[in-house]
Amino acid sequence: MRSESRKGYWLYLIPGALLLTVIIIVPLAWNVYLSFTRYRGIKPPTWIGLDNWKELFQDADFWASFQHSIAMVVAMVILPTAIGLFLASLLFDLVGRRFNGKIMGLLRAVYYLPQILPIAIAAIVVGWILRPEDGALNDLLKAFGLGGLQHNWLGSPDTALLSIAAVLVWIQIGYPVVVFMSALQRIDPQLYEAAELDGANWFQRFRAITLAGIRPEIFVVVLTCTVAALKVFGPVYALTRGGPGSSTIVPSYYSYTEFFTAQRVGYGATIATALTVVVLAVAIFFVRAQFRLADQEEQ
Amino acid sequence: MTVGQSENEHQQLVDEEHPAPAPPRRNGRRRRTGLEWLALAVTLVVGVIMGAPLLLVLLNAVKSPEDFSAHGPLGLPTGIYLDGIKTFWEAVDFPRKVWNSVLISGLVAVFGVLISVLNAYALGIGRVRGRMWVLVAFLLATIVPQEALLYPLYIMFKNIGLYDTIWSVVIVFVVIHGAFGTYLLASVFGAFPRELLEAAALDGANRRQILWRVVVPVCRPTLAVLAVFFFIWTWNEFLIPLSFLVSADNQTVQVGIATLQGERIMNVTTISASALLGVLPTLIFFLVFQRTLTRGLTAGAIK
Repeated sequence: MRSESRKGYWLYLIPGALLLTVIIIVPLAWNVYLSFTRYRGIKPPTWIGLDNWKELFQDADFWASFQHSIAMVVAMVILPTAIGLFLASLLFDLVGRRFNGKIMGLLRAVYYLPQILPIAIAAIVVGWILRPEDGALNDLLKAFGLGGLQHNWLGSPDTALLSIAAVLVWIQIGYPVVVFMSALQRIDPQLYEAAELDGANWFQRFRAITLAGIRPEIFVVVLTCTVAALKVFGPVYALTRGGPGSSTIVPSYYSYTEFFTAQRVGYGATIATALTVVVLAVAIFFVRAQFRLADQEEQ
Repeated sequence: MTVGQSENEHQQLVDEEHPAPAPPRRNGRRRRTGLEWLALAVTLVVGVIMGAPLLLVLLNAVKSPEDFSAHGPLGLPTGIYLDGIKTFWEAVDFPRKVWNSVLISGLVAVFGVLISVLNAYALGIGRVRGRMWVLVAFLLATIVPQEALLYPLYIMFKNIGLYDTIWSVVIVFVVIHGAFGTYLLASVFGAFPRELLEAAALDGANRRQILWRVVVPVCRPTLAVLAVFFFIWTWNEFLIPLSFLVSADNQTVQVGIATLQGERIMNVTTISASALLGVLPTLIFFLVFQRTLTRGLTAGAIK
């Protein structure tokens, strides 16, 4: 479209931009300001320059929390996207077309269930399964003669993070499955027919047609899940409260405890700001890559 | 324009690109192989794993506390026991909490989609200058950890009198979820067929008419999916409703459950009952709107 005719479109951004400014940008700027202050929530904040930031870089708990974030990215992005792709194409390509569309629809709905289960409730159920005395998992291990593997899954530092990660994989899978399956509908079925006639096997069809066709959705899923993984809060809060010790703390939970438990608002704001910077950098990286790909496709 | 009509339009557009007739139905054309049965088995097993926890909630919600302590969380209930549900229902004034949650989630779904559409129209179709950075600014809303917003928003809402009203929560999530919608719709609108826009412009439609009579109807499936997502996400939000809705009359289901968990009357059965009642409305909503999810996030994007 001609550039002069573009101008008026700005009008449509006004309500959104106003709301964004008031609800997000201003509080965010306020939060950055607080990271340079000592503030305990009662007396007005006092300016202390870079003290909070210096403390942050030497804070072992902070670095540990970021390491745990990497585990969260594996559990919430890499595994669910890979498994989700596999399941979505199994459901769509094999179950839906070879067996029955109703089974496909039902299974997709079931896969999505953990996504609509509020985390406080999911935590109750996970407790029944993982708790040390009579949890379902330990009972199951015993029944199979693997009693030696019984463990206090969420309560010991060596398995707590792993247990949270497993729960997160379970929670997340439904999201990529639903998004990818809706994307698959856009792909012309004749492509699969033709490929099949040409003797392409399931995996070849998967790579050449499925993966290529739903790339935009893969981008959306990976970006939104990465952002969610870096700032994950609810599951950690509900399952372990960062413990035992600091073995499962993540940046977002760490800043929360500084804000509301330790009442060190300035330091909490510093952690939150650092986290925002990291997530923002990741998001910009993704969006740029996405724009570049879109531009390439247009040419 | 109805949904059906817009789908026909979509179909026509697809047909222009692929003029061949629809392929014949292939079910049963060839015998199913062992590998295909294996695939079905895998998807069914995964289904059991995904669905089991909800089944556990249902089982334990109707067990008596004695039954629970005798047979644990996995045992089948020996009888139907509804006192847990009754206790919870009365203790939290459940209908009131459901109404608050429905109102908040419904408003966020409607206004969140509206804001996303307006933003995405400027970004995806208007392609305003610097749109990548505008998009990044909107992404900020989905990026910022919510804890970071609590203090400033608390002070702001207090000053303008929105603190402890459902509107505070509605506004925050319209912006946060609307930002996600903006990101998604901007890429969907970006792939909107230019021919369609140009044809409408030639017919004398102005920009507003093009948006509401061409773009929105064609993308309706995507908008419906967004609305469903927004509703479910808002329903399950916890931290911000907990912080801004202090009086019991304004609280959501999730906040009601959480505040009750610390209290004495909560035995295992009541907790399971709260879990069941907490998830039931979203479950019903999801099952009703499940089919809109099938129509697809990007069904409106025609390449």
